[in-house]
Amino acid sequence: MQVAEHDTAPGTAKELGAFLERRREQIAQRWADAALFRTVFTVSRDEAVEACKAVVDTLADVARSGQLEDVEAPGFGTVRDQLGRMAAARARAGFTPVQIAGEVAGLREPVTALLRAEFQDDSDDARVTACTQALAVLTATLRLVILETTVSAGEELIARQRQQLLEVATPVIKLWDGVVAVPLIGTLDSARSQVVMESLLEAIVDQRAAYAILDITGVPTVDSLVAQHLMKTVAAARLMGAECIVSGIRPAIAQTIVQLGIDLGSIITRAGLADALAYALTQQGIVVSARPLTDAGSR
Amino acid sequence: MTGLPAMHPGPGPVPVLALGDVLLVTLLGELHDGAAEQLQHDISQRIASSPMPVAGVVIDLSGVEIIDSFLGRVLAEIAASARLLAARTVLAGMRPAVAITLVELGLTLPGLSTALNVEKALSLLGRASSAAPTAHLEEGA
Repeated sequence: MQVAEHDTAPGTAKELGAFLERRREQIAQRWADAALFRTVFTVSRDEAVEACKAVVDTLADVARSGQLEDVEAPGFGTVRDQLGRMAAARARAGFTPVQIAGEVAGLREPVTALLRAEFQDDSDDARVTACTQALAVLTATLRLVILETTVSAGEELIARQRQQLLEVATPVIKLWDGVVAVPLIGTLDSARSQVVMESLLEAIVDQRAAYAILDITGVPTVDSLVAQHLMKTVAAARLMGAECIVSGIRPAIAQTIVQLGIDLGSIITRAGLADALAYALTQQGIVVSARPLTDAGSR
Repeated sequence: MTGLPAMHPGPGPVPVLALGDVLLVTLLGELHDGAAEQLQHDISQRIASSPMPVAGVVIDLSGVEIIDSFLGRVLAEIAASARLLAARTVLAGMRPAVAITLVELGLTLPGLSTALNVEKALSLLGRASSAAPTAHLEEGA
């Protein structure tokens, strides 16, 4: 646990805590009009006031425990969820974390005003200054907590979207009985290549596919690592008893592969998806031919 | 070893079934190193001592969750020794996870035939010729 660097005596922190508890209602009423709470809790003002009270209680808890600078103070645990939702709402409204932190900083002013009013008659200037300072430290910590929840919520979102992208971007299509295909679009990296490999192999089992087509028409670049992954996919499919066909290799990619010295000699390649399908059908003994122009001719 | 092979289920030797001129081996669960070596020995013995020429060996891997580098090598050696005895070896029904592991280990088992399942393996060996036209029709449908 961090020890306050400022000369915040435990007594001052306790006093601040007592003050926050005493003025809970007033602070909550003033905060409810602040931009942060007003714009997040749009349904009713009472709701905003309740949320404000919860935050004031938390601050009072933290102040009483004396851990003014500790982001991990147990007191914050109770409102972390709520703060996270508020921060997320502001973020959805297009605010950057810095702007959100600025709004949180705005919450300090009303409390400072109340604090000064409380000590108006007090002649002990040092005590007033100490309390104001402690309050400043406490609100700064609150800012950090909100910033932290904002960032971690953002990270979760990014992780979820990345996973969704991986799943969405690699559909395995059944082209024919016993023929499955993956049209790859966009840049391949190791993680995506892994997903492609796994979903293709699963599809081979599910569809009892003897032929699997990897179409890389939509892949702009292939480096040695990706080429290696393609080779691995082809080898794994072969081990399972299916044949892999790579189609749609662009001229530039073909040149790169040759320049990298990668040997695709053991892999069946075709110009396009159609050619690959035609190959797979022919191998299965299926012939697709144009119908004669007249019906009479066909009989 | 000529007549009836030991066919104890469980951790004992793996049963080798004769279907006409094809030997069928079904691997289930984990295969210990000793059992794998025993299997390699059994298969060569069966091919050599069979009254009629053995055309092929089908090894069904659909019940196998894990193949390590040792078992991978044993499978390759079974295939190599079977080929010396004029029999083809087909691996059938390998699971995706197993295939990925083998590829990551660098064991691509070159020279080994593979099939999606035992049925396809038999037709690959030229067995079940009556089933071929039906399969054809299904594909055309």
